[in-house]
Amino acid sequence: MSSKSTEQKSSDHGFNSILSRFEPVIGLEVHCQLKTESKLFCGCKTNFGAMANQNTCPVCLGLPGVLPVLNHEAVEYAIRMALAVGAIIRERSVFARKQYFYPDLPKGYQLTQYDLPYCENGSLTLDNGRKITIQRIHMEEDAGKNIHGDNASYVDLNRAGIPLLEIVSAPEIKSPAEAADYLKKLRAIARYLDISDGNLEEGSFRCDANVSLRPVGSKTLGTRTEIKNLNSFRNVEKAITYEILRQADVLESGDKVKQVTLQFDAAIGRTLVMRSKEDSPDYRYFPDPDLGALLINEARVQNVRANILELPEQKVQRFQDTFSIPEADARQLTEEKELAAFFEDVVQKVDGAVAPKIVANWMLSEYLREFNARQWHFDKPFVSSERFARLLKLLGEGTISGKIAKAVFEDMAASGSDPDSIIEAKGLVQISDSAAIKAVVDQVIAAHPEQVAQYLSGKQKVYGFLVGQVMKISAGRFNPNLLNECLKEALHGKS
Amino acid sequence: MSALEPLALSASQVAQEVNAGSLKAHDVAAAYARRVENLHRELNTHIEWDKEAVLNEVDKQLAYIEAARYAQKSLPLAGVPIAIKDNIMVDSQTVSCGSQLLRNHRAAYDATVIQKLKAAGALLFGRTNMDEFAMGSSCENSSYGPTINPWNRRHVAGGSSGGSAAAVAARLTPLALGSDTGGSVRQPASFCGVVGLKPTYGRVSRYGLIAYGSSLDQIGTFATSVQDTALLYEVIAGHDPADSTSARIAAPQGSLASTSSLKGKRIAIIKEFMSEGLDEDVRTHFDQALDVYRAAGATVETVSLPHLLHCIPVYYIIATAEASSNLARFDGIRYGVRSQKPGLSLRELYTQSRSEGFGREVKQRIMLGTYVLSSGYYDAYYAKANRIREMIRREIQGVFEQGFDLIASPTSPTTAFELGQKTQDSLAMYLSDIYTLAANLAGIPALSQPIGLCRKGLPIGMQLMAPAFGEETLLRSAQVYEQQINGTEKFRPRI
Repeated sequence: MSSKSTEQKSSDHGFNSILSRFEPVIGLEVHCQLKTESKLFCGCKTNFGAMANQNTCPVCLGLPGVLPVLNHEAVEYAIRMALAVGAIIRERSVFARKQYFYPDLPKGYQLTQYDLPYCENGSLTLDNGRKITIQRIHMEEDAGKNIHGDNASYVDLNRAGIPLLEIVSAPEIKSPAEAADYLKKLRAIARYLDISDGNLEEGSFRCDANVSLRPVGSKTLGTRTEIKNLNSFRNVEKAITYEILRQADVLESGDKVKQVTLQFDAAIGRTLVMRSKEDSPDYRYFPDPDLGALLINEARVQNVRANILELPEQKVQRFQDTFSIPEADARQLTEEKELAAFFEDVVQKVDGAVAPKIVANWMLSEYLREFNARQWHFDKPFVSSERFARLLKLLGEGTISGKIAKAVFEDMAASGSDPDSIIEAKGLVQISDSAAIKAVVDQVIAAHPEQVAQYLSGKQKVYGFLVGQVMKISAGRFNPNLLNECLKEALHGKS
Repeated sequence: MSALEPLALSASQVAQEVNAGSLKAHDVAAAYARRVENLHRELNTHIEWDKEAVLNEVDKQLAYIEAARYAQKSLPLAGVPIAIKDNIMVDSQTVSCGSQLLRNHRAAYDATVIQKLKAAGALLFGRTNMDEFAMGSSCENSSYGPTINPWNRRHVAGGSSGGSAAAVAARLTPLALGSDTGGSVRQPASFCGVVGLKPTYGRVSRYGLIAYGSSLDQIGTFATSVQDTALLYEVIAGHDPADSTSARIAAPQGSLASTSSLKGKRIAIIKEFMSEGLDEDVRTHFDQALDVYRAAGATVETVSLPHLLHCIPVYYIIATAEASSNLARFDGIRYGVRSQKPGLSLRELYTQSRSEGFGREVKQRIMLGTYVLSSGYYDAYYAKANRIREMIRREIQGVFEQGFDLIASPTSPTTAFELGQKTQDSLAMYLSDIYTLAANLAGIPALSQPIGLCRKGLPIGMQLMAPAFGEETLLRSAQVYEQQINGTEKFRPRI
């Protein structure tokens, strides 16, 4: 494969030209870490960032003689996910042993569901309206982590036994952008269900991508390659894009794509071969005799269904219906569960002083800008909903102008103060005293006879200049409506 | 010196006297320690015997027993010594499983049965010899050398729990624990002339037992009488939340209500077991034992169970498949013995450590189990074996559904064979378990009791099987037999 030609083609033009000849077929396997209190088969804690091997016990260390006991909180979470993607839940599913040797695998096998997963045949709809089939979801335990350094290797088994859901899509995804959208949607669902923190950096949401190409119009699938362990939306898109270009190169040069397992090196932006099909291990799956079958009856499913929380799609619809905001706003506001909750909280607290649409505008512009610029997290809000609502209330009641409100908000974000004390300290209360406004208006008209003449001769643009001059003198505190009234009255009095 | 001679008492009597204060637990410990000290080397019953260490541990238990006595709380095993097979975890004691691979491994926790024994006031009296990883029928596969049959030094004690069987037979301890995957309690009990009980699968927690074949393993008991067997069984049985395969049935009590009649009891004998390969001497004594049962009121009928002839291949496929998986954790990485050869790659380290640590029989079974689970052979062997296992289970179930209370057979087709006689012929060795395997495959309880001595003066055992959770029937019937033959004192070897 010539990497040079791949680089040349990685311009949009080259990519689009490839898509006119080849159709990518992409399937994703997502590993979603469940945020249960304890591990899948023992009572050990699951918190991130603990000291190496702190969260371990004889069971997750795989010491001789131990036995696994299934965590039913994890099963409940798994059922939630199945219901959210409209899948079928098997009444009887089975944990199998997947056997291989590796230092981070304490028992010499991983407990995972194999030919009888608990969940099959769900789906998820992308933004572009395409429905992607979710073939299966199964439960499994995570392995530990090897740490290499100072001429020795260490094993940290804190992760060993952490519950994961593996969510497997059908090979129905057609582009890197769709792959990223699918992943975002799945993550939002997991977060909405409160079953996973969906944290990509900490590895609680990881993805393997299967990619193959076939000539446009062909029905047979090409040879696929699997890219392991993609841990950001960007890398998913980049890795799949690279792999499509690479495979196109191979196919166009008349070669055959080899079935291999790849890893994506984000630093150099390329996929690299980990192993070929020939050296893929024989896992010798068989049902774990220590666990017995997992039975999930209808009553249990109903019980979970009754307690399931609102999902992103439902929330988008409700926001549009309840708050009369456009779909685009509703989508943006519901991307993160916490953002949506904050929005609803603020709408309730402004108590009709401003329309929900205004709250939405403020959230999507001012609020998110500060939020992102300051790299805040929802668990530590930089501005409370009370203060944010108070600010919008002051705006709605005409105490401050929109412009002042923006300045006050920036101040709130920077200083952590409440809007009232900022307004008081800086003397920012809006002036609605017509006499005071008129005096300044007269002063400005007197000072700019040229502009007044231009305005009167029909140059509407100059009006804004005059408003600006009045505002400048008032330090932005004049009530804009009153200002307009007074200025127009004064100007038209001249005509 | 106490007026009572501890060595002359049964386990039940020791507990009774200690609870009553008429016998000091300390004196019991001292008397038994002296006997072990004198005889363990000769018989090689113990993998390691450190009198000081054992008595130090016993001291802690003596304080507990004293405290219980002051509180007027009766402990079921107060002051009763018990030897533990070397594959059951006793916190901070070595547990080698008869293997070089684990020769330095100290248990990090107590098995559930050990917790129960400690709570019952028992005195842990050393770890007994066994076939490596419980694989064997003669106790010759121990890397610590074979256990010697106390009846005749040229004969094997039976396996794999030979150390426990010989220790009880030679009165080095009144009680012992073993484990039974295919007959490993009953066959050595039969060879040594003691009572061996394998409870129903799931009746006794396996937590803390180093697994061999998880779906077959069960911790079992050794004692010199049925009464002592019932005593120990009741202490260790019951549901354990740490073992998912453990039955949710309350611990049994009063298994031995006094009865001297078996009127109305129907005993089935298996036609297929009474032909080829059965030693004439064994057959004669078995027939006489049946007469004793008849005399006590039972009726005996022959049934045909043709699928039982498949027990050996089915057992060796399932047990070795599970063993190949269960033994994967012994890789020299986290515990156990690691090869000290320099310059090994990771893969070589696994191979070398396992090559050095495992004995021949264990390697043979791991290879067999790996083969039957490997892709392409799974259906032909493992899956098929499971189907036949189900047929065997149903066939046995059918006998009980026809109204039979018990199925009786010799425990083994022969008496204890000579040391070295079968070590070169795996199949001949495997055949000695032919009558015991069915109970493990079907998960039902089975008991072996001594019924006579062959011409060479070696004990002969009879096996009784009952439906799942029918231990009470086994124990009561066996006790009636014992009463009919005036106790088991005649099955005490002169040693």
